[in-house]
Amino acid sequence: METVIEKKNSNQQLPDERGHFGIYGGKYVPEILIPVLDELEKAYDKARKDPSFQSELSSYLEDYSGRPTPLYFAENLTRKLGGAKIYLKREDLNHTGAHKINNTLGQILLAKRMGKTRIIAETGAGQHGVATATVAARFGLQCVIYMGEEDMQRQRLNVFRMRLLGAEVKCVSSGSRTLKDAINEAIRDWVTNVRDTFYLIGSVVGPHPYPMMVRDFQSVIGRETQKQIFNKEKKWPACLVACVGGGSNAMGLFYPFLPHPEVKMLGVEAAGLGLESGHHSAPLSCGHPGVLHGAMSYLLQNEDGQIQLTHSVSAGLDYPGVGPEHSYLKDSGRVEYTAVTDEEALSAFQLLAETEGIIPALESAHAVAVLPNLVHQFDSGDSVVVCLSGRGDKDVEIVAKRLDSIALQ
Amino acid sequence: MNRITHTIETARQNQHKLLSIFITAGYPHLELTVPLVLEAAKNGADMIEIGIPFSDPLADGPTIQQSSQVALEQGITLTQIFDLVSDIRRQSPVPLILMGYINPILQFGYKEFLAKAAEIGVDGLIVPDLPPEEAGELKSLCQQFSLSNIFLISPNTPSERIRYIGELSTDFVYCVSVTGVTGARKGINPNLLKFLRHVRELITKPFLVGFGIATPEDAQNISRHCDGVIVGSAFIDLIRNNANKSELELLTSVAKYIRNLKSSISGVTDGY
Repeated sequence: METVIEKKNSNQQLPDERGHFGIYGGKYVPEILIPVLDELEKAYDKARKDPSFQSELSSYLEDYSGRPTPLYFAENLTRKLGGAKIYLKREDLNHTGAHKINNTLGQILLAKRMGKTRIIAETGAGQHGVATATVAARFGLQCVIYMGEEDMQRQRLNVFRMRLLGAEVKCVSSGSRTLKDAINEAIRDWVTNVRDTFYLIGSVVGPHPYPMMVRDFQSVIGRETQKQIFNKEKKWPACLVACVGGGSNAMGLFYPFLPHPEVKMLGVEAAGLGLESGHHSAPLSCGHPGVLHGAMSYLLQNEDGQIQLTHSVSAGLDYPGVGPEHSYLKDSGRVEYTAVTDEEALSAFQLLAETEGIIPALESAHAVAVLPNLVHQFDSGDSVVVCLSGRGDKDVEIVAKRLDSIALQ
Repeated sequence: MNRITHTIETARQNQHKLLSIFITAGYPHLELTVPLVLEAAKNGADMIEIGIPFSDPLADGPTIQQSSQVALEQGITLTQIFDLVSDIRRQSPVPLILMGYINPILQFGYKEFLAKAAEIGVDGLIVPDLPPEEAGELKSLCQQFSLSNIFLISPNTPSERIRYIGELSTDFVYCVSVTGVTGARKGINPNLLKFLRHVRELITKPFLVGFGIATPEDAQNISRHCDGVIVGSAFIDLIRNNANKSELELLTSVAKYIRNLKSSISGVTDGY
């Protein structure tokens, strides 16, 4: 068993030295950031090989965040849908309610090692902002979170949580007033305060080494899943499913499984009001390669290369770009990508609540939404693992507004 | 000879300092870009940088963000920018540099973009989010089309890398005065002059200093320690503050501002 898990990962040499996954990734940044990224790359390389860093991180993941998270057999949902067995990787049971803390713990320990005193981050749904504010409070570092004005309105609860944790939440009113613009503003802060500030990016996006580093920190999801599914099923799952905004929970689940061709993988983007409507957040489904926020990846853009406005009911998926490694995995065909609409995600949100007593984040509900069709593509003896990346408490207000009042009576 | 090369060499021979002016294409209106550029050139701007608006200008402060957004809201396209550059070129020999983020250039196609730029009389290119690491293909195409490809350095760039960029950059190096985004600032950071002396020791290639230069006093002080200055946000601010006046009044203000900047750096000698 162990030898199977530790089998050399064929994708592990990516990114290359310059941070490229094929044509994707790289460091498309102002010159000011080059020395900063070089410093980060060296510090991360050293930390990654340092057993004391790894054991410190493991102990926080265990004692502070509550890992390992369970791999739960969703028996009712499986029976209701009538196909392959459905397992949920319960990242929603992490401290702060989402997978985001796997990465923020890793990066803040690195920031401490690098002697940085100030942490900045962007947030969409607020989950990464909360996970960042949490670790900044725990490790006593100053923390500033950039958040789009629209997201601050639709995720008010998380804004309050961040402030409660001692972070300063800065409202971003430029552009589309969502995650993309929060990242622009965080980068502007970073170039202005490079000496003492650590930019704690929340997804597998941005310039090298971020996509690699965030993937590595999130890979704990996939490594645990490998052990857990093997204990329960004595074989690999037939398919892995995860939602993709920037794509960190998906990368974390998929990455350790990449060398095993028998395991299919499905990433689910946000189709918003429908892919044909133009109001969606599905760059892998509808976009073209381009450069945004320091990396080459699939992007939603017009023919003049201007970044397009996006839409999703889920603030965490409302982003015109995606991680460069996902772009690479799409082109190579190793991972398949699809998209589900706001309506489908809302139905899945209710479905999981009703059948399993689990209220998922709207982001995670996108992954759940593919199950009614997907489970029939496999035998009932096969299993499908869904990454339940976060819990839905933060979304209850939005869902209450959106759902037909009859449904809740 | 490339017009930038000629301008730089002449300035060095005559020991005079250069003034480069940045303007966002299509701001405040598409029809005003040509008259504004011609007015700046007529009153002493040695080079003009024409900014290609981008939806996500992450190296820019509020002034250039806002000017880009205004231009984009009017639907400006690269084709229109090429048209107005041709128009400028028909009326003036001033060296013209296109400055823009990489994505619009990438979508147009590197080769198609540079071929078109060379054909209509553009002299150089500055791409603030394309460091040398990612610039290989664009750099060699620039050589093919005899366009200058200008790279940037900033106060935190290591000495070794300043030397490397000094070799790599065509005609001159764009020296960023602050760690930060573009935008007019009050006064000069005392560390800046130290940094500029350091750069002068490291490279022989001419370098112009930009980011944060707003007043003739700043321009004068800084130009003692480099080959010239680049003024962008302060110029855009001036345009914005006069945008509701008549075109004649706007151009008169521009002429006065450029003349003041130019006279502040005239006769300045190296201050070592």
